[in-house]
Amino acid sequence: MKKYFSFFRIRFISGLSYRAAAWSGVVTQFFWGTMLILSFQAFYRTDPASFTMDFSALCSYIWIQQAFLSLFTLWRLDNSIFTAIRNGDIAYELARPIGLYETWLSKDIASCTSSAFLRCIPVIILSSLLPAPYGLKLPTTVLAGGLFLISISLSILVVSSFRMLIYISTFHTLNPSGIRVIAVSFCDFLSGQIIPLPFFPDQVRSIVELTPFAAMQSSPFLIYNGTYTTEKALLMIGLQIFWVFMLLFLGKLWLSRSLHKVIVQGG
Amino acid sequence: MKLYFKYFAMQLRCQMQYKTSFVLTVIGQFISSFTAFLGVYFMFQKFYKVDDFTFPEVLLCFAVVLLSFSLAECFIRGFDTFSAIISNGEFDRILLRPRGLIFQVIASKIELTRIGRMLQAVLIFCYAIPNSGVFWSFDKIIVVLLMIIGGFITYTALFMIYASFCFFTTEGLEFMNVLTDGTREFGRYPLSIYGDGILRFFTYAVPIALFQYYPLLYLLGRTNNLLYAYCPLFCFLFLIPSLIFWRIGLRHYKSTGS
Repeated sequence: MKKYFSFFRIRFISGLSYRAAAWSGVVTQFFWGTMLILSFQAFYRTDPASFTMDFSALCSYIWIQQAFLSLFTLWRLDNSIFTAIRNGDIAYELARPIGLYETWLSKDIASCTSSAFLRCIPVIILSSLLPAPYGLKLPTTVLAGGLFLISISLSILVVSSFRMLIYISTFHTLNPSGIRVIAVSFCDFLSGQIIPLPFFPDQVRSIVELTPFAAMQSSPFLIYNGTYTTEKALLMIGLQIFWVFMLLFLGKLWLSRSLHKVIVQGG
Repeated sequence: MKLYFKYFAMQLRCQMQYKTSFVLTVIGQFISSFTAFLGVYFMFQKFYKVDDFTFPEVLLCFAVVLLSFSLAECFIRGFDTFSAIISNGEFDRILLRPRGLIFQVIASKIELTRIGRMLQAVLIFCYAIPNSGVFWSFDKIIVVLLMIIGGFITYTALFMIYASFCFFTTEGLEFMNVLTDGTREFGRYPLSIYGDGILRFFTYAVPIALFQYYPLLYLLGRTNNLLYAYCPLFCFLFLIPSLIFWRIGLRHYKSTGS
């Protein structure tokens, strides 16, 4: 466990050094959030009765999404892992007395949390300073806040173990960008990146809520802004736990299968 | 021009080497813009209208922006990935060759996988054109073509500005994505829904509304002012500042030495 923690620490600290990139990211995310809110406001203006969420709750959803964007963007993949698979460095990794899956997982979690850590604070501060309906509000109850923290930690695990499946797929197609684009765009949509799940048609939504995609960003954010009641929140957290174990299991199984037939290309 | 076709054929053969990956990327491009479409579709399932615009009307807008963006991304990709050209020293080689710099950068990378997105845009056109309630006279067809050309020019200019920044920073600036990817994303609705401030910004500073919102009003018969119809032509003016900026950047160029 200790060695995986130090992998985590090394990657986390090296991630923290990209501060200029983080600042330009904050500007981007602030603009992006504003445009999203304005577009939803136009729909709200046209027909407030069909708006399935409180408008200020929607604003909170969007700001919290922008703040933690780098935790949930699936395209933020660790290129060193892809390169290791393509150029054969994976042979060295396999020679070490460590679990490949665990190493990759801790590296992956570290790189996304460090980047989110740098970016979330300015976005949270700036957005909570905005005037009433547009700003980021605190969760309605302390309980919701606590459940949000549990849920967001679980969703980091869901996302990272899902990313592991994308890494492992590289063993089967050496040029991974095709699979990556497909996986990323589907998951982005189903996880509520483009429009939040409550704006989906009801039947579609009730199915998507059972998938691992809803266990990614949608559950913590909807718990945060009070769309989910406490019972519903607990149910969604239960589902998240299920998906974490499921994805970890599938990933480990697939990796060990793939390693049986791995051919190191060149030296 | 002949040289360009040489480059084109070269790129084509190059990308056909990884056929499965090429096909998957094309499908991926298709799906990724398809989810954006799905987002709009789901919103209209609940709301039916946004301000005064119905679903097919918004789709006209969506398709124009998507098509012009993907055309620019396909043929002007060299500027989009310019930070790589600078940091791997490729630009030094370009400087040595006896051909125009802009020509070489453009020809050096042609991203054919963007066909996926173009196909998407064409399909949306097929749905939106008969359903939008527009009476398609000859001049309206010309206006749609102008919109697409204007959009292509605007995105070309934006990619050039993006590339010029790389002369100073070596890395691309994430901030510029707001103007390229961002306007592709948000341009799927007529820009007026974002309020007057945003509309003015995208009229005078970055001319997205000139090929998207104003000509759309003419298409839908909301105005008969011909100035609105020929708005996309003003997008060509946007090439001037971007060329100036490119020149300034070029003068500052220092090789990365690798």
